[in-house]
Amino acid sequence: MSKNDKNTKSELIEKEYSTLNLGPTHPATHGIFQNVLKMDGEIIMDAESTVGYIHRAFEKISERRPYYQITPLTDRLNYCSSPINNMGWHMTVEKLLGIDIPKRVQYLRVIIMELARIADHVICNSVIGVDTGAMTGFLYIFQMRERIYEIYEELCGARLTTNIGRIGGLERDFSEKAWAKLNKFLKDFPKELKEFENLLMRNRIFMDRTVGCGPISAERALNYSFAGPNLRAAGVDYDVRVMNPYSSYEDFDFIIPVGTNGDTYDRFMVRQQEMWESVSIINQAIEKIKREPAGVFHADVPDFFLPPKEEVYNNMEALIYHFKIVMGETEIPKGEVYHAVEGGNGELGFYLISDGGRSPYRLHFRRPCFIYYQAYAEMVKGAYLSDAILTMSSMNVIAGELDA
Amino acid sequence: MSKIEKSKIEVVSSPPGIEGPGFFATSIDKAVGMARANSLWPLPFATSCCGIEFMATMASTYDLGRFGAERLSFSPRQADLLMVMGTIAKKMGPVLRQVYEQMAEPRWVLAMGACASSGGIFDTYSVLQGIDRIIPVDVYIPGCPPRPEQVLDGIMQIQKLVETESIRRRDTPEYKQLLAKYNIE
Amino acid sequence: MDQSLLSTVGDKLKTQFGNGIISSEMIADFPVFIVNRDVIDEVVKFLYHDETLAFQYLTTLAGLHYPDNKGHELGVMYQLHNLQKNHRIRLKVFFSIQDPVVPSITSTFSGANWMERQEFDFYGIIFKGHPNLKRILNVDDMNYHPMRKEYPLEDATREDKDDRMFGR
Repeated sequence: MSKNDKNTKSELIEKEYSTLNLGPTHPATHGIFQNVLKMDGEIIMDAESTVGYIHRAFEKISERRPYYQITPLTDRLNYCSSPINNMGWHMTVEKLLGIDIPKRVQYLRVIIMELARIADHVICNSVIGVDTGAMTGFLYIFQMRERIYEIYEELCGARLTTNIGRIGGLERDFSEKAWAKLNKFLKDFPKELKEFENLLMRNRIFMDRTVGCGPISAERALNYSFAGPNLRAAGVDYDVRVMNPYSSYEDFDFIIPVGTNGDTYDRFMVRQQEMWESVSIINQAIEKIKREPAGVFHADVPDFFLPPKEEVYNNMEALIYHFKIVMGETEIPKGEVYHAVEGGNGELGFYLISDGGRSPYRLHFRRPCFIYYQAYAEMVKGAYLSDAILTMSSMNVIAGELDA
Repeated sequence: MSKIEKSKIEVVSSPPGIEGPGFFATSIDKAVGMARANSLWPLPFATSCCGIEFMATMASTYDLGRFGAERLSFSPRQADLLMVMGTIAKKMGPVLRQVYEQMAEPRWVLAMGACASSGGIFDTYSVLQGIDRIIPVDVYIPGCPPRPEQVLDGIMQIQKLVETESIRRRDTPEYKQLLAKYNIE
Repeated sequence: MDQSLLSTVGDKLKTQFGNGIISSEMIADFPVFIVNRDVIDEVVKFLYHDETLAFQYLTTLAGLHYPDNKGHELGVMYQLHNLQKNHRIRLKVFFSIQDPVVPSITSTFSGANWMERQEFDFYGIIFKGHPNLKRILNVDDMNYHPMRKEYPLEDATREDKDDRMFGR
């Protein structure tokens, strides 16, 4: 029985539509946003979204804080892949300040960002599985996310909201333990990912649920300013890493997976393939790092990068630099920059206006989730309620990025 | 029976009481407390980053199911423990209040994370500075986000509260006073 | 994103709109055009439909507030992108805070819908022609526009934090 039959039948009879509140607290909405659905039985006629239930005023806070204190704030944007947000912010400030980062640091940043991308796509894909009823995939692949957390712990001390890196590089080099954990992860992850794939990818029930569920065409997606895996599933191969390469992504060799219909199955497959590509990029980065001079983990910018504590206590210059950086006495040039990175959900942009002061004059986040969630009403029109739930989880709507 | 003795799995021990052939006598509040504490039905009110750490706590490595809290209830009317995880904005306040009022007694509230305890790093016009401004809270778990071990510690503290609480809590004057302070009837 | 893009786009816009384009310059490898607010909708449509320019992707739009520029306090910044040729430009409009009205570009870009609602919520900029202009992120009964520079970050009703201790 197709959905079209039901639609024509209901047009012949006068009907009243019922209203269903898919409220801010709901097990299926991963994050808090509200959808008031106008339903005709089980079919959705219209949806009205309300967001802002976790609005934390990031743009206003960032006008108050100095540049290095905004990094923990960017963590909480797309908190499933916070290192990407951190690196994006650092690159924006480095663009403003005109700092050149050594190649080894750029490759280390690439490793961290690709790990974060894997972590984000693991959550999204396993949650699509959970929403179709397949809890097993979630439990199996989440173990891998724990491994990624352990690698982050070696690098920066935190699991989820990492605050990794500094303006000018990283705060410490990768330790021996970090390399060991990373290599073990790269050995174990392909096996686990293959197992997860075998559970869902060609599973008859999963495909029946997700193929044709919540589609969007490429023209509509471009008009709605979609970005990231959602846009690539619709057929447009726009990836910021390829179009405007940053942090030496142009040295790496990877493909951009593209779907055809823009439905849930395509989004699942695009994210799945991107995880494989991320593993390949990390392997390439490790090879490239071996050819760079060892031990370099930050740019030589004493004006903006805190000196090591031993020097601060013994060396006059280092003490003065430390004082100037922390108290905000360094000269920040005036200017206006925009930098975008490919986040887990697409083009995450930072528009920064500086007036020479300690904090930005205006910082605007181009948040992909906020922009593509507008299209939700259009994507679920005419679908069943369970398809609406699946569409929402396959779009990977993270509430922190939605509301900022 | 011997297999359980030999294995390293700890099961909940029985409360102190008098045991005999075919019977076990203890006081009702001890038995009820033990039952309640080891079969909590949490309501995960996950709003932001702490919600992801809760997902990690529920997953296999830091399994929350060991403590009896395996069955998550998303309906407040069937839940015992309201776990508020993440920032509560002022827009969300009335929703949280409504969810709390829909819960039936006995109910406990756990504020997980810095944002739920006190507003966290977001001292702004749009964030509620701590959920204890609108609902009474039993246990606060600090951290941003707290490690899963801290969450498990918080759950264990709730379990201790639940075990030692009187089963007629809702009739005590202190409790009534507490609810009156929040204008909950 | 170099000087040639600035001159290509700038010349076409000047021929089409003349005085509507107030100024054009390069800011950190982005061509930036300051446009008169009455023609911004036509400028965006022109840039969308022109075959060689074809800026058919709206990256973002953001509100600006410069309280010191009398008569031009509020502004909106639009960033457009041509995905085929990888060209990015920025358009800005400025207007007085007493008359914060700008034509909406939702007829060209459906994605501008929520972006404009967000700038209305934060700055009070009224987008003429927007299908549903109401607050999106803040509570509906808020009576001021918080991102304007004169309003503080913190909540006015909190009573437990001592400003002397927090350095404010």
